[in-house]
Amino acid sequence: MRALEVGERALLLEFRDGEETGAFHAELLRRRAAGALPAVRDVVPAARTVLLDGVADPRRLAAEMAAWEVPPPRWRAQPVVELPVRYDGPDLAEVAGVWGVAPREVPRIHAGAEYRVAFCGFAPGFGYLTGLPERYAVPRRSTPRTAVPAGSVGLAGPYTGVYPRSSPGGWQLVGTTDALLWDPAREPAALLAPGTRVRFVEGAG
Amino acid sequence: MTERAFTVVRAGALTTVQDRGRAGYAHLGVPRSGALDPYAAALANRLVGNDDGAAVLETTLTGCAVRPRCAVAVAVGGAPCPVAVDGRPAAWGAAVRVPAGAVLDVGTAGRGLRSYVAFAGGVAAEAVLGSRSTDLLSGLGPAPLVDGAVLALGAPPSGRAHFEAAPWPGVPDELVLRVRWGPRADWFADGALRTLTSRPYRVSAASNRIGLRVQGPPLERARAGELPSEGMVLGAVQVPPDGLPVVFLADHPTTGGYPVVAVVHEPDLAAAAQARPGTPVRFVGAGGGAR
Repeated sequence: MRALEVGERALLLEFRDGEETGAFHAELLRRRAAGALPAVRDVVPAARTVLLDGVADPRRLAAEMAAWEVPPPRWRAQPVVELPVRYDGPDLAEVAGVWGVAPREVPRIHAGAEYRVAFCGFAPGFGYLTGLPERYAVPRRSTPRTAVPAGSVGLAGPYTGVYPRSSPGGWQLVGTTDALLWDPAREPAALLAPGTRVRFVEGAG
Repeated sequence: MTERAFTVVRAGALTTVQDRGRAGYAHLGVPRSGALDPYAAALANRLVGNDDGAAVLETTLTGCAVRPRCAVAVAVGGAPCPVAVDGRPAAWGAAVRVPAGAVLDVGTAGRGLRSYVAFAGGVAAEAVLGSRSTDLLSGLGPAPLVDGAVLALGAPPSGRAHFEAAPWPGVPDELVLRVRWGPRADWFADGALRTLTSRPYRVSAASNRIGLRVQGPPLERARAGELPSEGMVLGAVQVPPDGLPVVFLADHPTTGGYPVVAVVHEPDLAAAAQARPGTPVRFVGAGGGAR
């Protein structure tokens, strides 16, 4: 882990890969829940970093964290959110082409993987889900769509994501879910938060 | 009608409801939002006896006009502008009594960009994740004001105003932003780092609540390639491929994929909120992390 100062009140922790990032993020949440972390306003995981913002003494915290023993994460202990999906996306054939499989194979492969929310961003409630084997990474569309309907299940790079509301987007769309990803009146507002395990269930949507 | 509410008579170029924003949800992709000039918003609130964090209106250059349905104390602060009640000049930077049915007109700012209108009791728009702030990036919170809209007011505060008139620091002719080097300063050529803190920039017209864009000499990268998305702080100076720095303001995205060359000292961002397009900008080292 490398700790980089960001202004006077934040630290950017950088890791080798997504796996190590996820493990450290889980440890941060565990320690925060146990009251064993100094006050931090925001803990923002991303692809290979975790940002800690609103820290009184970033340098001291960085020194403390360097000595942490981070156990391998116990993802299996987390509850799973099941997302019912209709695999009816307009880019299904294109994704099948990139994968070198028949279009009917895409749902089997996609719903067969187990996912975890690596991080959120882009829009409230939009999670970047990892879990699809690396060989199934797909490029973004060369021309983004001006409007992607809410509930669209898309792929980009190694990630799967579900659009919480209609917005422009360049992800390859493979399906649709009726699940409510974001509802500010609900507690919690986001169905998918960093660390959440996710399974896609075909057809039920 | 005796209800505590006001009608929007003239929404102005962009008028939004703002309080202190919604901190602590960045991990869900929710920007902090909140008044861009939080000191001005707090001062306006104090003039009418509110808590600093009560929801106010934030105008952009051309002000706005509202017609309260009840008599209410109002204070206008931030960017200095003419204030009128039913066409009669009224005080700026002080509490003004607006009778029920009268029109409060907040005029075009003479200097600066964003005026703040505080009502005794605050704007009582529906709170989302603990804040009434309009977030232009993700669309959370009340929609920007439109002509004819009706917004509710909270119960008037029981205490007296903390003071009767507020000193206003004014709007400097030049925006000076103190910076520390950011986490990705090593992605830039040494010459680029010198450029940022020694050459003049100007505020670009493309600035908004998401970011203060500047024009000037582009910053040259030392390292090619893409940066995986990472968390972004308020005041981060992000540099897209065109090399022109963008200073992240309250509605900034919570993660981003362009390298952050520097981070602006947070208290300086209030002045950034008041800088009009064309205003000269100087980035100066604040010590500490700067090198």
